[in-house]
This record gives sequence, C-alpha cells and structure tokens, in this order.
Amino acid sequence: MRDASGPAVEAAGLVKHFTSGKKTTKAVDGVDLSIPAGTVFGLLGPNGAGKTTVVRMLATLLRPDAGTARVLGHDVVQDADAVRGAVGLTGQYASVDEDLTGTENLLMLARLYGFRGTAARTRVSDLLEAFSLTDAGSRQVKTYSGGMRRRIDLAASLVLSPRVLFLDEPTTGLDPRSRNQVWDIVRVLVDDGATVLLTTQYLEEADQLADRIAVIDHGRLIAEGTSSELKRSVGQGAVDLRLADASRRGEAADVVQRVLGTEPTLPTDPYALSARVPDDGAHLVAQVLPALGEAGIAVPEFSLGQPSLDEVFLTLTGQPLPDEQGSEEPAPAPEVSR
Amino acid sequence: MSAVDISTTTLRDAVALETRPTRPSAVSTSLTFAWRALLKIKHVPEQLFDVLVSPVIFTLMFTYLFGGALAGSTDAYIQFLLPGILVQTIIIVTVYTGYTLNTDITKGVFDRFRSLPIWRPAPIVGALLGDTVRYTIASIMCIGLGLLIGFRPDGGVLGVVGGVALLLVFAFALSWIFTILGLLLRTPNAVMGVSMMVLMPLTFASNIFVDPSTMPSGLQAFVDINPVSHLVTAVRGLMGGVADTGDVVTVLISAVVMTAVFAPITMYLYRTRH
Repeated sequence: MRDASGPAVEAAGLVKHFTSGKKTTKAVDGVDLSIPAGTVFGLLGPNGAGKTTVVRMLATLLRPDAGTARVLGHDVVQDADAVRGAVGLTGQYASVDEDLTGTENLLMLARLYGFRGTAARTRVSDLLEAFSLTDAGSRQVKTYSGGMRRRIDLAASLVLSPRVLFLDEPTTGLDPRSRNQVWDIVRVLVDDGATVLLTTQYLEEADQLADRIAVIDHGRLIAEGTSSELKRSVGQGAVDLRLADASRRGEAADVVQRVLGTEPTLPTDPYALSARVPDDGAHLVAQVLPALGEAGIAVPEFSLGQPSLDEVFLTLTGQPLPDEQGSEEPAPAPEVSR
Repeated sequence: MSAVDISTTTLRDAVALETRPTRPSAVSTSLTFAWRALLKIKHVPEQLFDVLVSPVIFTLMFTYLFGGALAGSTDAYIQFLLPGILVQTIIIVTVYTGYTLNTDITKGVFDRFRSLPIWRPAPIVGALLGDTVRYTIASIMCIGLGLLIGFRPDGGVLGVVGGVALLLVFAFALSWIFTILGLLLRTPNAVMGVSMMVLMPLTFASNIFVDPSTMPSGLQAFVDINPVSHLVTAVRGLMGGVADTGDVVTVLISAVVMTAVFAPITMYLYRTRH
C-alpha cells in the first residue's frame, strides 16, 4: 500500500542494456530517483541520454536488467498491474490510433478502464470538453494539428485520473502557443495533487515546470537539484561579450582568461564570447572591460548573466545541450539565459 | 481568445474523478479491441480491397485457366477448386494480422495498450476476433462468386457454413504465427514479405489446385503433412456433403497445436518487446 509520506516514485540502481547484434549498450546505467508526491520532476538530457528508457521502465513497458523501482509503493516488476492502474503515460511511444476519431479513441480507453455504457460516454465528453476537443471529437486523429494531437494524447492518459503521470517529451515539435497550453495543463494537474515525471531536452521547460531537475547523460544522472541549485553549482554566472571585430576574438579570449582566470567559451556566433565568473571572482568582473579597452578591442555589448541551465549542462558534460540540433523537430522558443 | 483555450475549471472537473470503475473482464476487453478492428475497417475501407478483390481474381483465373485442362471442364473443376481457393484466400488474408500489429507498434499505439491495466492478451485476441469479420467477408465473396459461375455444393447450406466455420477456426490459430512475425520484424512491409514467403509453400504445395498423386514423392510427402492440405480436404468434404470426421478432427487438432505453441510465444514477445 501507499505510504502517505513516502515518495510517489522511487528507483534505485536502475540498469537497462540493449543488445543489437554483438553490440551491447547501456541505455540506463544505475539511475536512482525519488520523486515526492505532488511535485514535478524534470529529467533533462539530450537525445539518446536514456530518458525514455527510464520512463518506459517506470511505466512497466520495459523490465529493468537490474535495480528496483516503485510507483506509489507498487513494484514495477512484481506488481506491474497495480502500477498500470495508477499511472498515465504520454509520449512519443505511447500514442492514440490515428485512424480512429478522437471520441472513438477515448471511448475505447474508457471501456478498457472499465467504464460502461453511458458512464463511458460521459467520461469521454467530459475529457473532450476539458481539452477543447469537443468539435474535433468526430474527426480522425490523423487530421489533427500538432497541438490537438498532443492534447488528445494527454486526454488519453487522463481517462482514469492517474495520480502519477509520465510525460515523455510532451512538447517536442509543438509551436510555442501549444507548448504553453501543455504547460498550463501540467500545472493544473499538479495543483490537483498529481505527481509528474517529465522528460525534456529543453532547459526552459524544465526550468518552468519542474520543482526538481535531474540531468541525465549516457544513462547516468550527473546532477540533481532545484533549478537554482543547479545553476549555483556552476558558479557565479558568466560574462557575455559581443565584439565589434570577429577577427580579434582570440585576443579578447586571452585577455578575459587573464583577468578572470577561467577559459572562455566561443559560441558559434563569431562575434560572441562568454566566460564563467570564478566562485570567488565577483570583484574581477569590473576589470574585464578596462582590460579589453587597454588592448584596443571594442566591445559594443557586455552583459553579466546568471548561469543558465545550458551552462550547467555544458559544465557537467563538457558539451552543450543539443537544443537546436537541426532535427525535423523545432525547439520551443529558446529563451534560455536570464 | 479562441475556442482552443483550455478552461482550468473544466479540466479540474475532468481530472477529479469521484468513482473509479471496476476492472473489465478479459472477454469485455477483448471485445473492445475487436470493436476497434471493426472501426478501422470503417475508417480505412481500402484495407478490404484485398479481401474483396483477391478471391475474385483467384477464383476466375484458376477456374478458367486450369478448368478445361485439369478436369475436362470448368464446371467440373470449380466443384473441386472452390473450397481450395476459399482456403487460400482466407489464409493469405491472415497475413494482415501481423501487418496490423506491426503498424500499431511502429505508431506507438501498442505501447499505450501495454501500459493499461488489462488482461494482457486482450489487444491481440481482440484483433484476431476483429479479423474473423474480415475473413467472413472474404468467404462470402468467394462463395458468392463461385455460386454464380457454377459451384453447386452437395453439402448444402449447412455444409458450406460448417466448412467456413472450420476455416475460421484454423485461420484464427494460424494468425498466431503472423503475430510472432509482427512482433519480431521491424517494419510492416518486412512482415508482409516474410509472411508471404511462409505462405507460398503452404498454399501452393498442397492439394488446393490439383490432386497430389501426380507429384514427385518428396513433394507429395510435404503435401501430406501440410496442415493446409488437411484443411482443404476437410472443407471439401463438408461442402461436398461427404465430410470425413477424421479430417475435421485433424484440422481441429492442428489448430489447437498451433495456438498452444504460437500463442505463448506471441505473448512472451509481447511482454518483453522493447
């Protein structure tokens, strides 16, 4: 039974290997999680980091090779059916039937969950109304827009009002407006006491929604904390410069490194340069501009930013989050730093 | 703004579910999945094209191509051929079971079903039940056309219905082979390709088209153990009013054996697939 004070989702030492041919890859390599009831937990990481595999194990779709996991106190292997009755799942891999209409999809799920006759129909019309899909209910799902599609997926996972919801990249490929709608829905659900595990490649999403964030890379959790804890762990923040002359960026980098004592990063924009402020180096920031002026390097833009999650990720993994990796799916508006 | 805005209140109400329903039975969930299969026929009627057209082509082609040469007249040949063509048609249609299952997997619908607290085999059993509707439609097409061009079964309505029923039982059992392929292979088209390779020898190296007595002994031996041959003999017997209990029992046993072997393999793959 559920321990009221215990976490809604907990996992210890989860491991999953995938074998294709002779090659075995560790998709998930010893993940521990503890998600308090009523909170949003963000699992942040690039494509292939193991996010989906973690969710699929917690949702009983994959059996862990090692480790244990419990959802609302039910073991995901021993007591899989109880877990299935308590969680909702939405993601790239748990979808609705495109050939059926929205109403038919929900009606099928309502019946599978045990609603009968008029109770099933009432449940379906309530859900359609709640997700603004009443008018679209009689249309085949394949005619839906991206945002409608995601809403019907969400509605499908809420038929039984699950207390734990797994959202696997719920806003990937959505325009900013639809993305905001999904965020609003998640906030309402959490307000009502649901526990949400959200995976995302997007920093802003984790920052906006999650109470706690874990960063996952190559199947391992490499950091965990609140958004501000993670940001603080990187240091004081960073100075961001924009030069007038791109050809002098190397020189500018040398000057900045000499002043701050940290190695600047060189973004793809050839005029830009940024460098982390060292932990005890807040007083050094004021010396950066004069030093550049002495070297005769013009700096039309200068800012001091709090570290972004992007920098957190860069610091932790040594590589930037692939938020705009030229895939077919556009990233939501990347307003990352603040 | 527009109708697309989500109302927090209606969403709250929808989420606050007062009473949780009790779990439905295995039969009820399977029937829900069968209902889904029928809905798919309604929305994607093109999928019936093969079911409707292939019996017509096979029946007409083989009757008029071989009838005169093999049996002296098309009229005589169709009495022999039609039950066999019926069997072949239905068996070829069973391939779609694996194809449909694989499509569900690639589209992500399958994972949604696997994440539900329901009797595990229900999605597959339900799909197979839905498929029997497809087989029935194909049977009606095939027999209807046969009657038009001279098929006169001595077994009467009862014999014909009995033959079709036996065929449906066999097709249900055979489908478990294709569910395995549907779970193992990567794409729906691969499922189609491999399934056809399984079916070609099963249907052609049988007694569907000709009496096997003129075949080389090796082939004859295969034809004799081919369960499709036994099925054809049994269906011919039922439709011709000379049913042989032994044949019917052999078919039923092979159906039970196929289900007993392939259904558990299917369910194992269903549970462990990633």
